Amino acid sequence: MESFAVYVPRLVPHRDYFVPGHRACIGCAEALAVRLVAKTLGRNAIISNATGCMEIVASPYPTTSWSVPWIHTLFENAAAVASGIEAAYKVRNRKGNTTSKPKVVAMGGDGATSDIGIQALSGAWERGHEFIYVCYDNEAYMNTGIQRSSATPFGASTTTSPAGKLSIGQTRWKKNMPAIAAAHDIPYVATACPSYPFDLIDKVKKAMATKGPAYLHVLSPCPTGWRFPTDMSIRIGRLAVETGVFPLYEVGNGTYKLNMTFPQLRPVSDYLSPQGRFRHLPAEDIARIQERVDLEYRKLLKKVEG
Amino acid sequence: MKTVRKDSELTWQDISLGCVVTDPGNAAVYKTGDWRSDRPITHKERCIKCGICSIYCPEGCIGQDADGYFEADLYYCKGCGICARECWTQAIEMVPED
Amino acid sequence: MTLIGMEGSLAIAEAVRLADADVVAAYPITPQTHIVERLAEMVANGELDAEYIPVESEHSAMSACLGSSAAGARTFTATAGQGLELMHEVVYVASSMRLPIVMSVANRALSAPLSVWGDHSDAMAVRDTAWIQVFAENGQQAHDLVVCAFRIAEDPRVLFPVMVHLDGFHLSHVVEPFVMLEKEQVDAFLPKYRHPFALDPGNPVTMGAFGPPAVYTETKKSQDVAFNATRPVILEAWKKFGEMTGRHYRPVEPYRVEDADTLLLTMGSFSETAMVAIDEMRDKGDSVGLLRLRLWRPFPFDELLQALKGVKTLIVLDRCISFGGPPGPVCSEIKAALYAQSDRPRIVGFIGGLGGRDIAVQEFIYIVNRGMELAQAGREEVTEIIGVRE
Repeated sequence: MESFAVYVPRLVPHRDYFVPGHRACIGCAEALAVRLVAKTLGRNAIISNATGCMEIVASPYPTTSWSVPWIHTLFENAAAVASGIEAAYKVRNRKGNTTSKPKVVAMGGDGATSDIGIQALSGAWERGHEFIYVCYDNEAYMNTGIQRSSATPFGASTTTSPAGKLSIGQTRWKKNMPAIAAAHDIPYVATACPSYPFDLIDKVKKAMATKGPAYLHVLSPCPTGWRFPTDMSIRIGRLAVETGVFPLYEVGNGTYKLNMTFPQLRPVSDYLSPQGRFRHLPAEDIARIQERVDLEYRKLLKKVEG
Repeated sequence: MKTVRKDSELTWQDISLGCVVTDPGNAAVYKTGDWRSDRPITHKERCIKCGICSIYCPEGCIGQDADGYFEADLYYCKGCGICARECWTQAIEMVPED
Repeated sequence: MTLIGMEGSLAIAEAVRLADADVVAAYPITPQTHIVERLAEMVANGELDAEYIPVESEHSAMSACLGSSAAGARTFTATAGQGLELMHEVVYVASSMRLPIVMSVANRALSAPLSVWGDHSDAMAVRDTAWIQVFAENGQQAHDLVVCAFRIAEDPRVLFPVMVHLDGFHLSHVVEPFVMLEKEQVDAFLPKYRHPFALDPGNPVTMGAFGPPAVYTETKKSQDVAFNATRPVILEAWKKFGEMTGRHYRPVEPYRVEDADTLLLTMGSFSETAMVAIDEMRDKGDSVGLLRLRLWRPFPFDELLQALKGVKTLIVLDRCISFGGPPGPVCSEIKAALYAQSDRPRIVGFIGGLGGRDIAVQEFIYIVNRGMELAQAGREEVTEIIGVRE
């Protein structure tokens, strides 16, 4: 088991840089994830945020929930804007125009990352900019009203992949963004979840120390879109990990490492049944999901074994 | 608490360059506590001051009082109930707002 | 003052080098490629100390420019045609977020059908984006206007991005003699870039807050007022440039307009061909002259009205068709500008030079004569396309 730099809640740095007063839904685990990431990044960071839930809830003019420099422009370009900021600081330092060396961090939801923004992100990775990209994955376009994205899991009902008489909802399997990140050979890729806050904080620290691009894929349970009671957000995240649906792992310079192992994974139905977005699923599709989760988990274990 | 002007009060001459907001974290004036229907109360005899509630709070509004007990700032608390659900000793109870 | 021969694109690259740009984020597209290639070469050889970001699309090019400019770096990019269209939404953001990016556009026709050749349809599509926009006619102007663009854009009274338009191929790829500015001149002319709210942990700001309905209108009026307030700064910069180099730029540049009853108006490199045509016609005694529109945005209402006092007929050449509406964008804007004047010329518009089609001197003479004919016959609504095979 990993020994964390910080494992006692009271020793987690107190200061928040994403402050209360934001308009995230009641019980939003994405807001929690952003809060923990920002807390760990500290003051010497510049955030490039894509359009989405976290951007909207944090920045109704003339207010802001951010106390580090933060820029939002469009939906698909957080990684491109981050590239520009990174390059600017590089050259300004070189020309003696500044001595400031902030960490550049791009943030976006699953839609901004794996759909509309995937081109800009792939480009930034290929060019090797030193920046962290954090994807907050709530598995749909939540800010605009729960429409499906390529990160929506098989069988989930969303407003553009609704469960109906002829459909079980989303019929595609979730796009594997961490694998795409790893395929770009960037130095650090990790999955995380705010239900495991110390693991998340540790991974942010590793990302901060990475010379080159780092990618964090953070599962962000959404009570509004996934349809579960507001107090269950942490529980649901934990179930995602305990059932193998969302394994916590890192890829450091191509080497895979599983951060959380269990003697036995819980059945996926433990994860699916508390969520309204899966309520319609017949047993045979739950079985298909189980099969797929087992397959993907075995593939991951193979990569870990190397 | 400092005053932050409402958007509907601003004239076109009040608009900052490129709509930049130069007052970091000034959204803190917004009273998200008005959202809640349930409120957390801490049974101090069960609180072990571990702080896990303050970690899990999406708002980040749980802080320590003078004696070190963790308590939600009701100005911001949206009443999600995560702290009550996750508390290691079940010291927090959600009660309806009247 | 030595004249050197250089392609328009390369003259622009030299201007960017002299301005000591910090970041160039660009994507190649015909006919702007020589600009970005030369800049990459300069960076590779240490002639220009800049970060060259070879982005993977024009949308990312302008987006990277947003980040770079917001982070306090002097930022440049170049594009054309489809590239300008691809970055369209980002172009609006650059100006509404007040980021002083300088971009040269090698004006190119828009698909479909695909055309890499020059016309102004790309420029006309970005009229409303609140970028300061100027048109160059030759290599000297392309060189000079880019240097001026950095000064204007980054002026604390402006802080709006600037586009320098040059005709694709006709200007970008043509070797012309020009005088290269000297480093000392440019250093004296360009103050250091300092954005008042640059992204910096020492002074945390939020850029890009969203605008609820209660306030959006006010933000747009604020932008509009500020954009119109850039006029005096543009004139001041050009005046200073003129004092320094002897080359004086003005929003509307007249050519042989003395006692002219009829004026032709052009934008871009065709102005030079038009000047030859005007010379020929005046030599024959025709009462004609030429107006060259240098400043396109903010539109030079005052200078245009001044230039048109007492003029009986104005003939406007557009290098773009606006389908289904008044056919020529420049012509229709000029008509709108003159609408409230009790004493205004008859205005006839022509479309020409689409997709790289040349307009020869004789065709310009035809345009002026045909324009006068249509004006006299009271048929100003006719808009001919020059050179189209019927």
